[in-house]
Amino acid sequence: MGILEVRNLTKTFGGLVAVGDVSFAVKRGSISGLIGPNGAGKTTVFNLITGVYKVTSGEIVFDGRPIHNLEPHVIANMGITRTFQNIRLFKRLSVYNNILTACHRNARYSIADAVLRLRGFKAEERRMREDADALMEVMGLTRWRNSVAHSLPYGVQRRLEIARALAVKPKLLLLDEPAAGMNPDETQQLMSLICRIREEFNCTVLVIEHRMDLIMGICENIIVLNFGRKLTEGSPGEIQTDPRVIEAYLGEGAKIGA
Amino acid sequence: MDWFYIKGILILSGINLMAVLGLSLLTGFTGLFSFGHAGFMAIGAYTAAYLGVKMGLPLTVALLAGGFSAGLVSLFIGKLTLKLKGDYFCIATLGFGEAIRLILDNVQTFGGARGWPGIPIRVDLWNVALVNVVGIALLVNLVNSRHGRNMIAVREEELAAKTIGIDTFRYKMISLFISAVYAGVAGGLVGYYTGFLQPKMFSLNKSTELTIIVIFGGIGSISGSVLGALLLTALPEILRAFALWRLVVYGAAVIFIMISRPEGLMGGKEITWKGIASLLQRGLRLHPAAKSQAGAGAQASVGDRGGDRDGNGSASGSGSGDRAAQSIKPSF
Repeated sequence: MGILEVRNLTKTFGGLVAVGDVSFAVKRGSISGLIGPNGAGKTTVFNLITGVYKVTSGEIVFDGRPIHNLEPHVIANMGITRTFQNIRLFKRLSVYNNILTACHRNARYSIADAVLRLRGFKAEERRMREDADALMEVMGLTRWRNSVAHSLPYGVQRRLEIARALAVKPKLLLLDEPAAGMNPDETQQLMSLICRIREEFNCTVLVIEHRMDLIMGICENIIVLNFGRKLTEGSPGEIQTDPRVIEAYLGEGAKIGA
Repeated sequence: MDWFYIKGILILSGINLMAVLGLSLLTGFTGLFSFGHAGFMAIGAYTAAYLGVKMGLPLTVALLAGGFSAGLVSLFIGKLTLKLKGDYFCIATLGFGEAIRLILDNVQTFGGARGWPGIPIRVDLWNVALVNVVGIALLVNLVNSRHGRNMIAVREEELAAKTIGIDTFRYKMISLFISAVYAGVAGGLVGYYTGFLQPKMFSLNKSTELTIIVIFGGIGSISGSVLGALLLTALPEILRAFALWRLVVYGAAVIFIMISRPEGLMGGKEITWKGIASLLQRGLRLHPAAKSQAGAGAQASVGDRGGDRDGNGSASGSGSGDRAAQSIKPSF
């Protein structure tokens, strides 16, 4: 049984079927890919899993519990976090404060504790700051510690967004086009980073990406969407040679190697 | 200028400051604009006055009860409107503020539009100052905690805040509640300072004035709100020499400052002991000789600290340093 199971997932906007009857499972500890041409409904699937959109029909089961139509923060606290296609950092905060904010779940003190500086506040606050520092170290962000997020180089912004998601200690990490706008060198680094994240943070990764070198390089299982429907699913080798996938990307009549 | 006059201005500044502190949390740190805080002040004012005059409760209890009742009403308003997206909350608060004023105008229990005279004067400079010191201390502690950071996250990027597990609706409610309590306490102070309450005192003008002060002082800066409240409450008095043109000059002054410093007086930074110390140190170290180097040094350090909001950030940068830091920042 997978850590995430999506069954007959459907989302319509008025008459438009953005995602129609999609089912797939993500194996615990795996790195899986979600690909498809533009407008295939990949990001919509992410938005449904993370509770940003309400599900029209079908169900999403995470860790044995149904999560569809729960509030986004509840789903996040159950262990699913994500990054966004168009980066959404806390723009005017420093790198450190971006991560520190996301560490909020590592402390339990209440508002009264904070306002009156009561029991445990200092110790818990110190622990959060240590966690944030440690995470920055692991993600190679220490030299940007006090830089404002929106002034960072693009690749670093992407890395910071992943770091912020990891601060919540997710069991499942959803990455929405993490390599967009990166050069081949940065993409290579990103690939090894994603693999390292799986090992060090002990989490499952589901990634949307258009860069086939990344998808084929790190994913064990690939789900292909087209026009909101699931086209096929399989290992990189199977996907690369599947005529339906090639047709979806390149159009009818295209031949492999042509 | 005699002391009585100056003291009066200081007390009014202090009362405004209390309301502004609350609004600063809501607008400056949580990113929600309200044009109805005068309504919360009115609720606090009338509740506190009623409890003091009719039931004989001591000032502290009356003020707290006034603040708390404003807070309760805010929860009701928030529950109805904070789930709405965009500017609806702002419009709803505007309607709420005016509704409270009109109700008080027409309900005769508290004197209606004629007002409510004869409230004992119990507020003096020392207790206004005390209330403000406590108010600032509590707010600083709140902002520099995980709860305060969660509110800032809501302001910066609500969707991202949700995906890292922040219950944004809850934090908006908390922020609104606390800000309404502050406004309610400020309202209570008004009644016990002037000895007279009238619904007209809590019109849309008052709400707008509070919002202007928060923006003027700088979004997301408590020290900015303090400076803003002191300056902008005193400004119309300083401008009395202009007689009829007073408020025109006031408006022009506010516009001028907002154009020259669009990020507000403090621009999201705080005045801290550390900042003051380093400023003094720098001032002592570089006497006349190395002024030009000083400028360069200041610029670099301000640039480094740009977005540090965890309380260690300082406001020590000189104006020119700030400007330089801004111009270096690439825009995305």
